[in-house]
Amino acid sequence: MPLNLQYALYGILGLLVLGTLIIGLKRQFKPGPGDHELWLRMRSWWVMAGLFILAIAVNRQLSIVFFALVSFLALKEYFSIIPTRRADRRVLFWAYLAIPLQYFWVNQAWFGMFIVFIPVYLFLFIPLKMVIVGETQGFLKAAGTLHWGLMTTVFSLSHAAFLLALPDAGNPAAGSAGLLLFLVFLTQFNDVMQFVWGKLIGRIKVIPKVSPGKTLGGFLGGVATTTLVAWLAAPYLTPLVSWQPIAAGLIIGIGGFVGDVTISALKRDLGIKDSGSLIPGHGGILDRVDSLTYTAPLFFHFVYYLHY
Amino acid sequence: MSRWLQAAFFLLLVRPFLALVLGVNLRHAERLPQTGPAILAANHNSHLDTLLLMSLFPLSQLHRVRPVAAADYFLKNRFIAWFALNIMHILPLARRPKPGVAPLAHIEAALNAGDILILFPEGSRGEPEKRSELKSGIAHLMEHAPDVPVVPIYFHGLGKALPKGDWLPIPFFIDGFVGEALTWQGKRAETMRALEARFAELEQQGGHGAWE
Repeated sequence: MPLNLQYALYGILGLLVLGTLIIGLKRQFKPGPGDHELWLRMRSWWVMAGLFILAIAVNRQLSIVFFALVSFLALKEYFSIIPTRRADRRVLFWAYLAIPLQYFWVNQAWFGMFIVFIPVYLFLFIPLKMVIVGETQGFLKAAGTLHWGLMTTVFSLSHAAFLLALPDAGNPAAGSAGLLLFLVFLTQFNDVMQFVWGKLIGRIKVIPKVSPGKTLGGFLGGVATTTLVAWLAAPYLTPLVSWQPIAAGLIIGIGGFVGDVTISALKRDLGIKDSGSLIPGHGGILDRVDSLTYTAPLFFHFVYYLHY
Repeated sequence: MSRWLQAAFFLLLVRPFLALVLGVNLRHAERLPQTGPAILAANHNSHLDTLLLMSLFPLSQLHRVRPVAAADYFLKNRFIAWFALNIMHILPLARRPKPGVAPLAHIEAALNAGDILILFPEGSRGEPEKRSELKSGIAHLMEHAPDVPVVPIYFHGLGKALPKGDWLPIPFFIDGFVGEALTWQGKRAETMRALEARFAELEQQGGHGAWE
């Protein structure tokens, strides 16, 4: 493993310890009603970070399998919370099958197929399958919701995994895993920072109709912190130079916010608070990867255009 | 022998399958009976119901959990019968008992021996994701075992994952709710009303997206 990557992993470990200490001290000296939730959330961070670090530490294949599993859980959660038609049972089966195929293209580093498989082939195939089933009642809604789910949970998220398929030579500082770590860490860090800044200086609500908890202070504070950290970390983990780290930070900060509120809008539409209950303290898996559904494709194409 | 086979089947096949394909969020798991005699009364949407209910118990307890299942369906051919009796460890129930035979005798005996029974008071699986009226057989059983707690449990989503008449399971997250135990209420009609009320209440506690 490249030396820079190792240092970055130690840094993440340090942040986890720091977060655990802060929440532990808060529970001891300034107890509040939300403490248990925060504690659960911190514990889940350890588990998620542990699994992710383990996956990238072992090898590329395992990391790709890790992301395929995340996509599967996210798509399963999505299909469980949206209204689906009984007639589409078999169609859902084909939608699930897209996951191993999409990640197989990633593993083969077959960029052309990876980039068209879901937006073109599945976009055309799913309605065909639905026509063969023959149920026209609710056809448009079903075709639209199924494809939106595939684009969000499989196509978008698989961009994170495709960073690993990029040649290591393109990123002498830390190899392809460095880019992945940069993206995933900053996306999650941005979520936490938006939450923390929101608690500290959040007054003005940005989009009360979609997500009443989101404040201007949280948004700006989060984007600023994320951009600062992106600028500091980019030379060690990415091939980004001069103005590029700042742009990457802005992309991740702003994109993460948009991904977050998009899933919030979905949940509000369905009348649910959390997308699921898979991750104690966080809710469902969609609640955790919501930001990544925007940051992964945006960051990927930014880096890909500039350096590969 | 069949006890080890059953444990292996659940450990190696059922549990990994349920964990990957379904994933269950069970509310009030602490209300599940730790020891028998007890009756689990669940809604019935799918063959997965029984597998899921049994997998909620530790492997060491598994042989004490006995699903009550229709004899005419599960004993109709040799292979299914072997599986039902030796792996699922069912208590076969004659849906149309012969006159002069006490159809519940062996089931009461299992309760007396301290087993945990799984019962589907709706009878058959019916329409997926729709609750049908409860059949009164369970009240007969409760009358004979008035102190045995009946724990109602409600699952949303299993009818989507594997409805009646289909063989291909589709992944869905499952929402489960365990209700408070109840016992014999002195009269059959009252017992049934109480049980209906518990089920209606559990059903209200929500589930995921609709099935149109």
